[in-house]
Amino acid sequence: MIISESTLSFEGALNKESIPDIMKEFVKVPLSGIRNFDLKLVDEIDSSGVVFIDYLRTRFPDASFENISPEVEHTLNAFQGGLKDDIKQPVIPGYFERTGELIFQTLQQSRKVMYLLSDILYWSVVGIFNHKGQRKDSVIQQMLLIGIDAIPIIALLSFILGLILALQSAAQLHQFGADIYLADLISVTMVSEMGPILTAIMVSGRSGSAIASEIATMTVTEEIDALKMMALNPIRFVVVPKFHAMTICMPLLVTLSMFVGILGGAIIGFYYLDIAPGLFWSRVFSVISFRDFSIALGKSIVFSWVIVIIGVYYGLNVKGGAEGVGKVTTASVVASIFWIIVLDAVNSMIFYYN
Amino acid sequence: MNNNIIEVRNLIARYGEKVILDNISVDIKAGEITVILGSSGCGKTTLLKNILRLYEPYSGSVKIFDEEITSMDELEYNKVLKRIGVLFQGGALLNSISVAENLAIPLEQHTKLPPEIMERIINLKLDLVNLAYAKYLSPSELSGGMKKRVALARAITLDPELLFCDEPSAGLDPITSASLDKLILNLKQKLKMSIVIVTHELASIHRIADSIIFLHKGKLLYHGSLKDAGNANIPEIDEFFETGKFD
Repeated sequence: MIISESTLSFEGALNKESIPDIMKEFVKVPLSGIRNFDLKLVDEIDSSGVVFIDYLRTRFPDASFENISPEVEHTLNAFQGGLKDDIKQPVIPGYFERTGELIFQTLQQSRKVMYLLSDILYWSVVGIFNHKGQRKDSVIQQMLLIGIDAIPIIALLSFILGLILALQSAAQLHQFGADIYLADLISVTMVSEMGPILTAIMVSGRSGSAIASEIATMTVTEEIDALKMMALNPIRFVVVPKFHAMTICMPLLVTLSMFVGILGGAIIGFYYLDIAPGLFWSRVFSVISFRDFSIALGKSIVFSWVIVIIGVYYGLNVKGGAEGVGKVTTASVVASIFWIIVLDAVNSMIFYYN
Repeated sequence: MNNNIIEVRNLIARYGEKVILDNISVDIKAGEITVILGSSGCGKTTLLKNILRLYEPYSGSVKIFDEEITSMDELEYNKVLKRIGVLFQGGALLNSISVAENLAIPLEQHTKLPPEIMERIINLKLDLVNLAYAKYLSPSELSGGMKKRVALARAITLDPELLFCDEPSAGLDPITSASLDKLILNLKQKLKMSIVIVTHELASIHRIADSIIFLHKGKLLYHGSLKDAGNANIPEIDEFFETGKFD
């Protein structure tokens, strides 16, 4: 770059490699008196060079460009028409617009979930009596995936949880000589709260995410559309077997979690507080009422439906490709855990608030 | 002077025991549009991906810009890649970011250009593919043809000397396909790019090809001008072109 009087001459290449250096030079030299740009010595130019010349034209509207070689002229012409002021960014909506949009979207979403819920409930009732439109043994297959495969992790976590709860409580109870109440505490906690909640969260993470990602992938790869085109109802074909399997497996997994959690507590009772096993178990069975057990199983069934419906809803409403699948899978797990906890709170208010 | 931009010698590609490309040797000239064609499963995309080192060849040599790329280390190969643009079959745009951000990636990663110049380059390249209005859209909001045009804009952001296009017309309607071909022709004529295209779209081949590489069951049957292909008396080529004709 050479400046002589009112002329600024460029030499060599005007390309993506040289322009950063030229622009750095610009800061250092006085450019106010520049009236001409001489391109005589420019022997190479790329699109960055074309853009740079356009930038100079905007910055120095009165300046002229001289001695443009045919080679440079050719490249300039190649991009002619593409040089324009910045493309307008979309207008960002204001606070009220965004709030309104959010409310509208939430209402729309609720309506869609309600439609889906009614669809799933209808076809799952129909599916009990009529297996047409479903693959053979699909419920058994789903029960293996959702139920049997989840047994080890749910049993292990419930055992550890029971053990921890008992260990933390034992120290406190021991101070008051109330050791035997450990059985009461552990059984009530595991049956009413921890068993159903822990199992629901685990199943949501394991099977809810699997349901959402499977259905999302099917949607993205047009498998859902293909089922529709084969005159098959995707809800009946894909969702109902999962719904049935979940409805059957969840109460069984919750029962297992309750039992194993109490067993973990019992270990602490036997070996840390020296409670006689017979005494411990008799307390356990006297404390757990049939009502509490039924409520726990009832809410576990509701949780299982929440997991399926949310997984299916997010899966069917996926947008984009592989990235969309990841997003809806995460969103479905977060949403189902949220609704499980909210519904658990509602359940406690209904049955235990007096 | 050697006018070849790509030189492939004795290239063999295999999936396990199955030979996909059988001893392919071919020279691709600079400044031309070379079309790799043949029926489905003949090894077109495999040849392209072997040239680009996306698949590792079983044996053979591939030279791009007169440099052997099969034995190059990654840093060296990255330098070659900066001179190459690739348009993938599905566009392969990153869905999590906008169209403009997709185009900004190569500029931000491989140049030190100031942001205002980058912005203008993005506008310029989007205008070149007639998609300036889509600058702030997300790729998921684009149609198949638009995605390919944005992907083409991204592929040429750094003004590559060599452009590879994998099935650019696949899944597009004839009008969109023709406009994409026009764009590719413009790149060759105005920007003097060398272009290698994998396709089996006959209309597209007739519109843009300077020379063709015809593959059949992994073997090279013909390499030469499209005009001479008809006189080569190779039944597979005759059948390929005859089938697409309308009476």
